[in-house]
Amino acid sequence: MFKKILIANRGEVALRIIYACKELGIKTVAVYSEADEHSLHVKFADEDVCIGPARSADSYLNVEAVISAAEVTGADAIHPGYGFLSESAYLADACAACHIKFIGPDAEVIRLMADKARARRVMRKAGVPILPGSDGPIESEDKALKIAKDIGYPVIIKATAGGGGRGMRVVRNAGELPHAFKTAQREAEAAFGVADVYLEKYVEAPRHIEFQILGDQHGSVVHLGERECSIQRRHQKLLEESPSPALSDKMRRKMGAVVIDAAKAVKYSNAGTFEFLMDQGGHFYFMEANTRLQVEHPVTEMVTGIDIVKEQIRIAAGERLSFKQSDVTFTGHSIECRVNAEDPETFVPSPGIIHAFSVPGGPGVRVETFAHSECTVSPYYDSMIAKIIVHGRDRQEAIARMRRVLEMTVVDGIKTSIPMHLKILADKDFIAGKLSTHFMERFATRPASGRLAEAV
Amino acid sequence: MNLDDVRDILALMRENGLSEFEIEKEGLRLRLRKDSATGATAVAPAIVVAGVPAVSLTPHAAAAPPPAPVESGAAEVELAVVKSPIVGTFYRSPEPGASSFVEIGTTVKKGQVLCIIEAMKLMNEIDSEFDGEIVNIYVESGHPVQYGERLFAIRTA
Repeated sequence: MFKKILIANRGEVALRIIYACKELGIKTVAVYSEADEHSLHVKFADEDVCIGPARSADSYLNVEAVISAAEVTGADAIHPGYGFLSESAYLADACAACHIKFIGPDAEVIRLMADKARARRVMRKAGVPILPGSDGPIESEDKALKIAKDIGYPVIIKATAGGGGRGMRVVRNAGELPHAFKTAQREAEAAFGVADVYLEKYVEAPRHIEFQILGDQHGSVVHLGERECSIQRRHQKLLEESPSPALSDKMRRKMGAVVIDAAKAVKYSNAGTFEFLMDQGGHFYFMEANTRLQVEHPVTEMVTGIDIVKEQIRIAAGERLSFKQSDVTFTGHSIECRVNAEDPETFVPSPGIIHAFSVPGGPGVRVETFAHSECTVSPYYDSMIAKIIVHGRDRQEAIARMRRVLEMTVVDGIKTSIPMHLKILADKDFIAGKLSTHFMERFATRPASGRLAEAV
Repeated sequence: MNLDDVRDILALMRENGLSEFEIEKEGLRLRLRKDSATGATAVAPAIVVAGVPAVSLTPHAAAAPPPAPVESGAAEVELAVVKSPIVGTFYRSPEPGASSFVEIGTTVKKGQVLCIIEAMKLMNEIDSEFDGEIVNIYVESGHPVQYGERLFAIRTA
């Protein structure tokens, strides 16, 4: 087992990793930028190293500085958290070269899943249902037109090197395709450095369903059920829940088996999430696999009782999974709200100083945050300041509990997305479980346009 | 920040009995410290301008931030502090057993190598941004340093 883990991250996920390390008796090293000198993760880690100025590229994304910090402190493992370097094959390779264990899958698997078009091909061979689409990057407009005709409109053009919703264009007929194809290539080049694009069937009003898996380094893989993350604005998740109100036990068992086969096919180890679109008819289509811990992992932990971060550490240390699939149970319902420092109407970021900060306790409440009274929310990093998670006996109780918690949460000094979350929780369709990735359009300040990639 | 501003700050410090004042804005960091050893009624401040040395770095290393301008109008600028631009292990000599690059009292020229910081098995030479005399060395050889850590104080006047 590791003696000392360096956490290559900040904010609430750095604290989350410290929680697991403390409980396992492992020493922690926090790294921080100059902007985070007084941050909680620095205060609670056993050691800390300043690795750069505020700018992420020079600090939290600086592989050399992170590795150097691990070397001078004698850390034997690095946990990258989520975001930043968590899906950096370069960091994983550097760790291997320096005999530091990277807590995550192998660099090869990270690279495979990062190439969206290649990942689709490999998943299809492994028996995972994927959206009908081009097999790889499309060389020409003519090819694009032919493939689109075969798949059937509407289709969506995506960048192979992209992700997170950027560089995508919906096309509803052949007339729109040539222009959309050229524009998508230009945007892909500008945003990701690679102009390659591929094509997929576009699913109307889909639900975003993702499956959590854990694999050890000895070939065992289990799934921990699904999360529904359909409540998104511009492809940024706002609210997640587990289980999905749209899945039966049968569907869960079937798709769970599919993702386990897929993970084994690529020799996946450590934590991972397979993301799918599900259409109104209950058909699943593979979107992408995230080779890291996810922001919304707590809802899975609340429902299964499994500590995913501890399992990540154990797996990386070479231990076998201590439980089988038949040991995994799902109890009750969990919801998470991502509380962002932003205006709840305009979504404009609202950095500043939080003067009063208070979240209530009570049954079934869990909070992950680095915020506290008199703390500074800086403008350099993403705007999420807290994750509020509840667990209830059923979805109805979870919703009532989340409303109660949000109504009693105090964040004074900055604006937050809490009023928006309360609106979502009060919405008729949300309460009925009638969700799709278009859900948030009802709260848009401008009428939604037909093109996915354009800013709403 | 000009000389009048500095004089105003000194006056404020005297009036309020402050012994140390530090401000950072627009790439300039200013620290005024009353030397308690003098015991005299007149304050003899040491004005410290934070400077960052140019470093011959490896291709993947972070770029060093631009040095804060040393104002020619501030005739009392005396000390420049050299800070570490990277995380690593600090060495005062080119190899074990060899003599140190600089000692307290050494006169250095701009571009002269002051020390080595080892990071990821690569030796990074840290060059002086200033002409002057080494008056303080803050880290012992073989000790780890983090980004922004003070290494040397150079009297430039």
